[in-house]
Amino acid sequence: MAQPGNKPVFAPWNDPHQKPLIQFKNVTKRFGDFVAIDDLTLDIYAKEFFALLGPSGCGKTTLMRMLAGFENVTRGEILLDGQDIARVPPNKRAVNMMFQSYALFPHLSVANNIAFGLKRSSMPKEKIPARVEEMLRLVHLEQFANRKPHQISGGQRQRVALARSLAKAPKLLLLDEPLGALDKKLRQDTQFELMDIQEKTGTTFVIVTHDQEEAMTVASRVAVMDNGRMIQVDTPDRIYETPNSVYVADFIGDVNLIKGRIESSGGDNYTIQWAEGQAPITAAGPQGLTSGTSCHFAIRPEKVAISAEKPTDRSNALQGKILDIAYLGNVSTYHVELANGQIIKAQVANNRRISRRDMTWDDNVWVSFTDTAGLVLLK
Amino acid sequence: MNFRRLFLIATPYFWLLALFLIPFLIVLKISLSDPAVSIPPYTPTLDLSAGWGSIKTFFTELDFENFIFLTEDALYWKAYLSSLQIAAISTFLALLVGYPIAYAMAQASDSWRPTLMMLVILPFWTSFLIRVYAWIGILSNEGFLNQLLQWIGLINEPLTILNTNAAVYIGIIYTYLPFMVLPIYSALEKMDESLIEAAEDLGCSRLSAFWLVTFPLSRPGMIAGCFLVFIPALGEFVIPSLLGGSGTLMIGKVLWEEFFNNRDWPVASAVAVVLLLILIIPIILFQRNEQKQREADQ
Repeated sequence: MAQPGNKPVFAPWNDPHQKPLIQFKNVTKRFGDFVAIDDLTLDIYAKEFFALLGPSGCGKTTLMRMLAGFENVTRGEILLDGQDIARVPPNKRAVNMMFQSYALFPHLSVANNIAFGLKRSSMPKEKIPARVEEMLRLVHLEQFANRKPHQISGGQRQRVALARSLAKAPKLLLLDEPLGALDKKLRQDTQFELMDIQEKTGTTFVIVTHDQEEAMTVASRVAVMDNGRMIQVDTPDRIYETPNSVYVADFIGDVNLIKGRIESSGGDNYTIQWAEGQAPITAAGPQGLTSGTSCHFAIRPEKVAISAEKPTDRSNALQGKILDIAYLGNVSTYHVELANGQIIKAQVANNRRISRRDMTWDDNVWVSFTDTAGLVLLK
Repeated sequence: MNFRRLFLIATPYFWLLALFLIPFLIVLKISLSDPAVSIPPYTPTLDLSAGWGSIKTFFTELDFENFIFLTEDALYWKAYLSSLQIAAISTFLALLVGYPIAYAMAQASDSWRPTLMMLVILPFWTSFLIRVYAWIGILSNEGFLNQLLQWIGLINEPLTILNTNAAVYIGIIYTYLPFMVLPIYSALEKMDESLIEAAEDLGCSRLSAFWLVTFPLSRPGMIAGCFLVFIPALGEFVIPSLLGGSGTLMIGKVLWEEFFNNRDWPVASAVAVVLLLILIIPIILFQRNEQKQREADQ
């Protein structure tokens, strides 16, 4: 696969010479007393696949609707290609949107739905059929051109909506929960198709989703939002591996959170005192944390090992009892209760048959992890 | 055969037979009879007590004389034509008035909609006859409308509206407006708002989004509304006789006069049968439209 040495990595956000396609500058949006977007600043670059992720009501849909032109900005400005778009109505923006409900015109055929935007554009009439044909080929719906939206399946409708929003070759495509209505299998297939189409057309995609797996799969960068604010904007792997806060760590994937206090520090290695009668946790963290600071220690279940004997090669080992086992097929998650009641989740790959599993409920076990496996989070 | 099922299917057909088909057959029979000075005022009447022979003579005495008579007197086809014209024009005007009302209702906030709906239905709580009479007070030469227009100085002489076709149009539009508004409203109300946003997103102005999306999608509601206004307006009797003048020619009025002034039941029945045949055509068209809509929704 891609070797960072041979192929340039797509990371315009790390290049200070790159000009962002979209800039949010201190944008605030209020609905009456409710603050939907709170003083938000964000850059999105051309050809990015940018995911806005967050729980419902976090402001991600409002952010997207402001880009499309359906909501005004209360304060601050949004620049598209360096131009303030506050005064530009939705029908004059080089931005198209794929709606959550697809919003296909029920009285028009698939081909006419796709042609709808082209007919309102400056494209010469005789060139429209070829463009429609091209879009139908892109989403593999050539033989459904003359069907009405109610005569095709949900997955096909989703693709018509995608083709329609891409037909005008917008600078920016907005996707509002584009896969929300599809079943899981179809959703996974479509995710890869979306990435493929994004790469083929070179369009900048901004996707709104509440499904973290979807965001991680498709996006070049993920923005985690909460209460109208950006909590963290980063690549999927960095969001997962180095979340900047308890909120992000907890929102993305599964995590063990242990509340404690930094006791002693030597360089970037810390000892965390976290419970009476429990051995302190040693962990690496950012430099310069002072003793006495309260913090959270976060560690992913798959980075916690579980064994019957106390391991000698890991700097942290805690004893407990297996409370529960969640069998997920490829992996099992063991819920281990420590002496003070704290539950630690450990995830183990099931590379042996389940009948040969040597640990079971109420067994006394050790959970262990190295000092670099977890993270020290201050907020 | 399941008896319960048979019963369920038979019930509507029984009512249709009792309330529509049998009365129609009676009217059809009278239309084929001859007028007579007797009670009832036509011959022949069926007398079953006289046996098989009298039934045979009964049928031989029926003929199409009255229908031929309808074609000979210009009054009748003029009345049919004038009724069709008045019904068509008032349906069109009701559509022009009703569409914006339905559109505004569909655009109103959820908390307002039940109130607006109530306001549209409210006139039905008063007798239809009284409401039409009330228009006489509004439209007459000394009526409220003329008083108002003279008071604000728009006219010097009162306008003659009452006893003209204009008054009939006003009466029909007023009476049947709810039948136009409600189906259009129900079509507009269930429309997904994101369709308009999608149209704007794809380059439409507000106005063209309306013409290209909202208008075509409200077509089934408009068609239903037009039929619901056109069909009763065609046979309308009360409105032309109260608000219209001597020059207002409508088939409903002709029918009334044949029955009650001339006491010519057979000709009146023939007029009614022809009116029914004229109405059946739009009703069939209407039902075909409904069925097409149902098929499209599947």
